Amino acid sequence: MALHHMREVGLKTIMVCLKRVVDYNVRVRPKTDGSGVQTEGLKMSINPFDEIALEEALRIRERGEASEVVVVSIGPEDCQQQLRTGLAMGADSAVLVRSDEALDPPSAARVLLNMIERLEPGLVLMGKQAIDDDCNQTGQMLATLWGRPQATFASKLELSGEVATVTREVDAGLEVIEVDLPAVVTTDLRLNEPRYVKLPDIMKAKKKPIDTVAIEDLGIDTTPAFQVLAHTAPEPRARGRMVRNVDELLAELRERGLVN
Amino acid sequence: MSKVLIIAEHNGVTLNQSTARCVSCALELAPDCIDILVLGSDCSGPASEAAGLKGVTRVRTITSEANAHPLSAVLAPQIAAVAPGYDYVLGPSTTFGKDLMPRVAALLGTGQVSDIMSVDGPRRFRRPVYAGNVIVSLEVPEGRQVVATVRTASFPAGAPGDSPVAVEETATDATIPTHTRFRELRTAGGDRPDLQTARIVVSGGRGVGGAEGFEKLYSLAGQLGAAVGASRAAVDAGYVPNELQVGQTGKIIAPELYFAFGISGAIQHLTGIKDAGTIVAVNKDPEAPIFEVADIGLSGDLFEVVSQLEEKLG
Ligand SMILES: Cc1cc2nc3c(=O)[nH]c(=O)nc-3n(C[C@H](O)[C@H](O)[C@H](O)COP(=O)(O)OP(=O)(O)OC[C@H]3O[C@@H](n4cnc5c(N)ncnc54)[C@H](O)[C@@H]3O)c2cc1C
Ligand SMILES: Nc1ncnc2c1ncn2[C@@H]1O[C@H](COP(=O)(O)O)[C@@H](O)[C@H]1O
Repeated sequence: MALHHMREVGLKTIMVCLKRVVDYNVRVRPKTDGSGVQTEGLKMSINPFDEIALEEALRIRERGEASEVVVVSIGPEDCQQQLRTGLAMGADSAVLVRSDEALDPPSAARVLLNMIERLEPGLVLMGKQAIDDDCNQTGQMLATLWGRPQATFASKLELSGEVATVTREVDAGLEVIEVDLPAVVTTDLRLNEPRYVKLPDIMKAKKKPIDTVAIEDLGIDTTPAFQVLAHTAPEPRARGRMVRNVDELLAELRERGLVN
Repeated sequence: MSKVLIIAEHNGVTLNQSTARCVSCALELAPDCIDILVLGSDCSGPASEAAGLKGVTRVRTITSEANAHPLSAVLAPQIAAVAPGYDYVLGPSTTFGKDLMPRVAALLGTGQVSDIMSVDGPRRFRRPVYAGNVIVSLEVPEGRQVVATVRTASFPAGAPGDSPVAVEETATDATIPTHTRFRELRTAGGDRPDLQTARIVVSGGRGVGGAEGFEKLYSLAGQLGAAVGASRAAVDAGYVPNELQVGQTGKIIAPELYFAFGISGAIQHLTGIKDAGTIVAVNKDPEAPIFEVADIGLSGDLFEVVSQLEEKLG
């Protein structure tokens, strides 16, 4: 028997969802006619929470607790860039579900469920929230449609046999839960710090496969749950004033009746 | 007849103020009835508080050992069993509601409106996207059940009602999964004011430099009866625990007075404080972006300012 057959590998596949979003450093604005958001020519990146999800998956594989990491993205052809970055970070293969329309979380969850049926992962890792729509829904919906547990806002993840122990960042502090695998885990910022991609990795990643599927071929209902009427800029806060010292600061606060 | 069901958030003893804020949001829908659903292993404390909120029609409880801790996989099927017949199912946009409500929406076969910041009509809502840089107005089609989370900072906590309404225990035949189990909750807590409800918040960023620096902010906060908050950078650096993070991915707060000490003013932070009454920024860099949104700015060393404030308030 070949040696690698003897090594115990916990999970076969980890599926990681990567959404292409406007980079977090860019300040976006609504289009003047309110029909959407100006994104043309803006820097695009992997959703930061998804990058953390991928980093975690890679660490699990590197510890020998899983054999492969597959990254999945739904979106336009340009998502190839983010999938390539994911492959350069170390993912083994990628799937692009090509869709020119942006999907809302229920539709994205239905598509991702289809990917689960194809890939049969033992664990799905994704971001707690996409920083464009800020919905914070897709992971929970996917877990529900799949009929499996969810562990959201993870800041620590430990696998042992058929169980994952997850520390979650909640409003009261840190909650620890245990979920049976397979499960969906969504990441919070402090789960890990993603690695930098090195040049040789980018070269190597060019040879890795990206499987492309057209969303129409999946036969999935992608009707949005709501109708978006308009995109507007938020009410700006009136610019305040600078004070020169603590006495002036206190005088101003007392005038507003905020401190004694 | 339009009916609202609100999922109560509580810690087994008291009701979280987020529930009263959901009631304020629900009242703007001008519904015929607002029911609050409390799930717990002992619902009595939270249920009697909920029954005292103005505008509430009825409180329903589902009491079960399985509901001792708020595990979404456990609660969602019970809520989905109660939800038919309601036009709206609302929860707060806290970690409790964010985790739970999409699971409820998926079981009910509908979508979710996340973070309602205003109600423009019975089916029209506004919500922030892109860390609050853009506001989306949306409409839920007629005939579709509305599942939503309420951005708590956008709605007042409301007033107590004239006399408490009835509390009724409800039975469901929902199947409760065993695949998700609670282990423990670790809270730094203490008896400091709660960040999400405090009238004054004293926040610190990377500029505070360490846990000792934060001791000075805690001391000022104590003097002011204020809660303490932090930027992500301060949490990541381990100066303070995660539950103090304010911002896009932390807590969204609306205190009357917010102090930002040594916080540069990244958009992800600002989105968490844009509903604050008065924002005071203290930063040694006069060009720091926080000064663009601060109502009162003071350029200088935060430690000097903090000690002078303590002395002059004392
Ligand atoms: C996906 C994502 C989500 C995020 N979510 C959040 C979030 O929810 N909340 C959040 O806060 N951030 C969030 N961030 C991080 C955010 O982008 C910023 O990096 C962070 O807010 C910076 O924190 P800071 O202002 O404390 O640190 P810095 O930007 O490093 O600023 C420190 C400031 O302290 C000042 N200073 C230093 N010493 C002194 C002194 N002695 N006296 C006075 N001033 C001093 C400096 O001039 C500087 O302006 C998120 C980022 C990403 C990518
Ligand atoms: N189009 C998409 N492609 C890949 N992953 C997605 C997509 N949309 C959502 N996700 C995943 O779902 C998470 C939560 O998104 P949301 O519910 O939109 O905030 C993201 O962090 C991604 O991991």
